[in-house]
Amino acid sequence: MHECTCNPGFMRDTLIPMVGIITDIREETPDVKTFRVNAPGGGKLFEHMPGQCAMVCAPGVGEAMFSITSSPTNKEYQEFSIKRCGVLTEYLHSMQVGDEIMVRGPYGNHFPVETELKGKNLLFIAGGIAIAPLRSVINYVLDNREDYGEIDILYGSRSMDDLVQRKEIEEVWSKIPGVNVHLTIDREQEGWDGHVGFVPSYLKELAFDTNRTALLCGPPIMIKFCLQGLKEMGFANEQVYTTLELRMKCGVGKCGRCNIGTKYVCKDGPVFRFDEIDELPNEY
Amino acid sequence: MYKIKKTDLPKLYEAIARTQELYLPVSSAGKTNFAPWTENIQPDIDTLKTVRSPKDVFFPQCENLYTVTREEGKMKITPETLERENFVIFGIRACDVRALAVLDKVFLSDPMDSYYAARREHGVIVSLACGRPDVSCFCGTFGIDCAKPEGDVATWLYGEYLYWQPQTPKGEKLTASLEKLLEEGEETAVEEAKAAIRAICDKLPLKDLSLEKWGAEAAKNNFDSPLWEELYKGCLACGTCTFVCPTCQCYDIKDYNTGNGVQRYRCWDSCMYSDFTMMAHGNNRTSQMQRFRQRFMHKLAYFPANNQGMFSCVGCGRCVDKCPSHLNIVKVIKAFGKEEN
Repeated sequence: MHECTCNPGFMRDTLIPMVGIITDIREETPDVKTFRVNAPGGGKLFEHMPGQCAMVCAPGVGEAMFSITSSPTNKEYQEFSIKRCGVLTEYLHSMQVGDEIMVRGPYGNHFPVETELKGKNLLFIAGGIAIAPLRSVINYVLDNREDYGEIDILYGSRSMDDLVQRKEIEEVWSKIPGVNVHLTIDREQEGWDGHVGFVPSYLKELAFDTNRTALLCGPPIMIKFCLQGLKEMGFANEQVYTTLELRMKCGVGKCGRCNIGTKYVCKDGPVFRFDEIDELPNEY
Repeated sequence: MYKIKKTDLPKLYEAIARTQELYLPVSSAGKTNFAPWTENIQPDIDTLKTVRSPKDVFFPQCENLYTVTREEGKMKITPETLERENFVIFGIRACDVRALAVLDKVFLSDPMDSYYAARREHGVIVSLACGRPDVSCFCGTFGIDCAKPEGDVATWLYGEYLYWQPQTPKGEKLTASLEKLLEEGEETAVEEAKAAIRAICDKLPLKDLSLEKWGAEAAKNNFDSPLWEELYKGCLACGTCTFVCPTCQCYDIKDYNTGNGVQRYRCWDSCMYSDFTMMAHGNNRTSQMQRFRQRFMHKLAYFPANNQGMFSCVGCGRCVDKCPSHLNIVKVIKAFGKEEN
């Protein structure tokens, strides 16, 4: 049935975290910080794939699932971009470089960067903090540039101060040949000469052809209208990927929280194609 | 086949408990529940159903996972020691034995839950056939035979004797250790016992409960049914059904600050509670109807879809007996059975 648990070589339970050290903190926006995490002896805590998540925990405060925003092509560390919006994230935002946290993972599936996305033109669409899961894929794709076609990144936020990873977007992504970055903010703002308007309407203006695969992450309302827009442009459900986010405790499909239909978002997700989402009961 | 006089059972308990922990149904304050054997307890193997299922012997209501302390300014994580000692659980009914097979699907699937796995590894299950199945029983619906329970050893109370049949190597080993107390038993007596039990089963009011509208296909068919709006009415969200259920396994993970570190523990939780799915950014099940629907869809549709048709209900009937609003899985199964399509 299973190996004997008396064996001293028995694997450590997946619910038991590792200690990680915060080695860098970047203030991205007024309420988003990016935390760099290393193993206590240096190096990465684990290997992951783009789109996978990990449980980040502050003992006595709480534990929650966050997407790993750094790319697996980064061999030195993992990063988490975390928005301050609850008890745990409030606490994490108070932490300093050198502080210890606990991390377990990686959990879940990943964007099919080695299979279905390979050789394709890619359209990334993100709103606000939802750039976090996509940034992992974007950097993976950019580091394996020859494996993918033309890349478009459409990213919007409330204001220019709320654009996460703005420095990397403007100084790295925008300068790579074959990569087109389209930024937008919700309202006019002094000092902003880029596009103004919501992501779904900008998406329509940009009028992409359907010879590409879309990766769409953002608040539910943005996802809804962007998907509608993509469909009007002729995209099929099978051409659009997203990530779902539900409450999680165990991260391994056992505690029951993130169950929708026959899927556990922590284990079978967080990455889903829209034809898979259509099969799920409407409870996400 | 072996047997032992009912009046000699205390000797059997004592013999087992001499070398390992023994859990058995114990009467305390008018209620019977599984508890460890000690000298002055009142074993009660006549009561058909313990109030709580025996699941907490393998999946405790509350258990420590690890402790986090600080040593010289550094965080130290100490995992809780896994079960290392063998133990026996005696008097577990056929439905509750099958419930462990359901829990196995959850906890032993990859990645295996080592806390649960260690207890399963070290636990020896001595099941007990149901002498008098009750009006709320419907284990037969799930293909469970309460006249011949699964387990490492199966036992039957019949006449003056408890009949004892080892069914696995673990069971053989336990039997060998009790050799001096057991005498040879007659197969015929056990066949009589089984026949008597099956005669009662044939008269049970829920014996014809049909699962025709349930199973993997129901995952798509039954979710949007208008029946849920009617069925959930009266649900108080008390969670009693999930706590007495032998297969409910949803859990929470929490921290307890000991003053000298943090203990991270898990405890049973319930999908019936309003904060079960609540996050900082919202809640995907905001109404009690949605939560009620989730519980039954999970047991009767999603679980079978993911586990080769195995239902996450064993028909023990505890929820039927205990729901303060008289809502239960039987009403849900039946309501869909009546539907035209």
